[in-house]
Amino acid sequence: MTAISKQLMTFRVNGETRQVAASPTHTLLEVLREELDLTGTKHGCELGHCGACTVLLDGKPVLSCLALAIEAQDREITTVEGLARDDNTLHPLQQAFAERGAAQCGYCTPGFLVSGVALLAQNTNPTRDEIKAALAGNLCRCTGYTKIIEAVELAATRLRKEHEMTAST
Amino acid sequence: MMRLPKFEYRAARSVAEALDWMGEFSGAVDKDPSARAMLMAGGTDVLPNMKQRIFTPQVIVGLRAIPELRGMVYDPAQGLRIGAGVPLNELATAPLVREHYPALAIAAEAISTPQLREMGTIGGNLCLDTRCNYYNQSEFWRKAREYCLKKGSEICRVAPNGTGCYAVSSCDTAPVLIAFGATVRIASREGDRIAPVRDLYHDDGIHPVRLHAGEVLTDIYLPALADGWRSTYEKYRVRGSFDFPIAGVAAAARFDDAICTEARLVLQAVTTHPLPLPEAEALLIGQRWTPELIEAAAGIAYKSAHPMDNTSGTIALRRRIVKAYTRRALEKLVA
Repeated sequence: MTAISKQLMTFRVNGETRQVAASPTHTLLEVLREELDLTGTKHGCELGHCGACTVLLDGKPVLSCLALAIEAQDREITTVEGLARDDNTLHPLQQAFAERGAAQCGYCTPGFLVSGVALLAQNTNPTRDEIKAALAGNLCRCTGYTKIIEAVELAATRLRKEHEMTAST
Repeated sequence: MMRLPKFEYRAARSVAEALDWMGEFSGAVDKDPSARAMLMAGGTDVLPNMKQRIFTPQVIVGLRAIPELRGMVYDPAQGLRIGAGVPLNELATAPLVREHYPALAIAAEAISTPQLREMGTIGGNLCLDTRCNYYNQSEFWRKAREYCLKKGSEICRVAPNGTGCYAVSSCDTAPVLIAFGATVRIASREGDRIAPVRDLYHDDGIHPVRLHAGEVLTDIYLPALADGWRSTYEKYRVRGSFDFPIAGVAAAARFDDAICTEARLVLQAVTTHPLPLPEAEALLIGQRWTPELIEAAAGIAYKSAHPMDNTSGTIALRRRIVKAYTRRALEKLVA
């Protein structure tokens, strides 16, 4: 067995290329938080039981606590820090979370935002059941699910309006 | 932060490379807790178990980057070939799976959470380690109680007077694939072999998956089904997400003018392996399914299920659920 030490890894995170020295035995969560200082992604159970560490890999929601960083090198990573738009405005889902009070203690919020954004990227007119299914891998210990679901619905409405305006111009 | 134990990571680019690396470690058996090298596909079972020091391999051979393990091909005459590395979410949403093998899509969709279905693969699900309340715990917890039989002790904490390990088979796709009569291709350096999914499992909670040292599960084959087949999978768990099955029932049957000509019924999460019910199947074949007949088959399921007190839910609850969910599955096939 070869000795374990840090090695250079290159990531595409939130549209930027970042190179860091990291341990090949570290998870993507560890590298995001400890090497890339992207602490928006939270560590909850770290065993796949809570969804707090959800990030997008190639646009799909995955758990960064159960992904090896070394395996994420060739993929597009999006964390909660990368959801805001290029014009420095919040993503409509982030705005809706703030307006609806969908964050209580806030610890689960980054995970919910990432899962919610993944849904809205595929479907801007989700039913309540579809929203629940898309968020079924995220736990809110404060049990504030109703406002979270309402925030997704509000963001979906606004995104549909945006799309209509874009289509008409 | 919960750290992984130290290990060497190798990303295999082909099945042959994975076999070569696994072959370097004599006695290495995938999913063997004492294995020196382990295969990892999605990582959703291997990594949590490593964090809890249940698995402590020296080498992880990653299968994620192997193109041969991806993709699905359907041929009406041959059936469906699924690469072992196909993610569960792809399986759950694939129109051809939903159309031809609906129970498989239902089972895949019932696994864990959306995130874990994006990561986890069907091959990984088939090789899922068995689970037990005395095994799937932190190192601290297990050490404080003294280890169980599955982790190297002399005594099973569930059945101290028993002779074996009773950890529970918890993969949702296996009973469905057994019901469909599916087979798997298993690659090794000596050559490939084809085995029925049913033969992948046996009555051993410690080494539940019958893969030999250095073998890699590469493909799943579902036979082409004639007209008249219907199938479903019923899963009971406390929450509608996250949880492993407390009981699962896979049912598939073929009907000719409302008369059942073939029937397959397989229970899950009641013992160390998926449990086919040939007695109930024989009862159902050749019959028009009446409520009384369905009740009788559900009764056989109840009598056949002998779970131990090692997962969520009491033994009595799990047996009652087996009966109710068998009834429910069979009713759906004739609804």
